[in-house]
Amino acid sequence: MTPQIDVKDGISQPELVTAIEGATNEVFSTMLNLPLVAGSVFLEKEEKTPASGVLSLIGLAGAWVGTGSLSCSASLACKIASHLLMAKYDAVSEDVLDSVAEVTNMIIGNVKTHLENRLGGMGLSTPTVIYGRNFQTRGTKNREWTVVPFDCEGERLCVQVCIVPNTDADAKAIRSGFPVPHVLNV
Amino acid sequence: MLDVLIVDDSAAIRKILQRVLRQAEIPIGAVYEASDGVEGLEMLKKQTVGLILSDINMPNMDGLEFLTKVRAEQAWKSLPIVMVSTEGTHAKVLEAVERGASGYVRKPFTAEQIKEKLAGLF
Repeated sequence: MTPQIDVKDGISQPELVTAIEGATNEVFSTMLNLPLVAGSVFLEKEEKTPASGVLSLIGLAGAWVGTGSLSCSASLACKIASHLLMAKYDAVSEDVLDSVAEVTNMIIGNVKTHLENRLGGMGLSTPTVIYGRNFQTRGTKNREWTVVPFDCEGERLCVQVCIVPNTDADAKAIRSGFPVPHVLNV
Repeated sequence: MLDVLIVDDSAAIRKILQRVLRQAEIPIGAVYEASDGVEGLEMLKKQTVGLILSDINMPNMDGLEFLTKVRAEQAWKSLPIVMVSTEGTHAKVLEAVERGASGYVRKPFTAEQIKEKLAGLF
C-alpha cells in the first residue's frame, strides 16, 4: 500500500511512485525483456544495514534538486547486462557496470521527464556506479527517499528517488559535484 | 554503404546501436564511435559519414551543442543527424529540431523504432 504522504509543493507521493514504476517497467520491457513485479513502496532516510551488490546514482538539479538510484545484487546486474547487450555475463565487469549505469540513466531520465511537467526543467548528471560488499549510503540534510522495490525473476531491485525544492538563492545554481550539461542553462 | 557515427557516453548504448544498425535494411559500412560531442567533432574531421546518431546528455560537450556546431559547417549542413536521448519533453525535442536534428528517438527504444527512423530518412 502506498503510504499517504503530504503533497510536496508540486509533486505528490503517488505521482512520484507512478513515475518511477512507469519508467522502470518501460525500460525493463522495452530494452531488457525482463519481467518486473512492483512491491510495496516505502520511505527511507538511511540504510539500516550494510548493503552489498551494485548501486547506481544519478543527480538531478534545477528548481528542484535530488538524486535517483538503482540498486540490485551482483547476479541481477549480470542478468541486466546479459539482456541489454545480448551477451552472457557471469561476473561483474566494466560492461556490467556500464549496463547498470545506462539502465539507471534511462529510468531516472524518464522519471525526470515526467517530473519536469510539474516541477520545471532539471539537469541530469552522468551516473556513478558503486560495486562492492558491506557499504552504506546516506544522504545529506536528513532527506527521505521514496523507494520502489521490484521483483525480477526472484531477485530484488530497488529504484529510489529523493527530491526537494532547490533552496539556493539562485534557483539555477548547480551544486558542485554533479556536472550538469549545458542543456540545463534554460 | 552508409558509414555512421555514434556519439554517446554510454558504451552499452553504442554497442546496442551498432547491433541494431547491422540489422537494418540499409547496408551499413563503417561505424565510428565517440563518447561526447568533442570526440564527435574530431571524428567528423577525420572520417566522412552519411549518418550521425547522437545522445544529448554527455560530458564535455552535450548533444545539442554538438548538433549546433555540426550544422554550422557547410560540409555537414545536410548530414542526417538523429538524436537518441532520455530527454523527452516537448520543449527538448523542439529545441533539437530547431537546432537541426533530422529525427529524434527517445530512450528506451526498440530496434524497430531505430530501423523505422532510418527507413524514413533514406
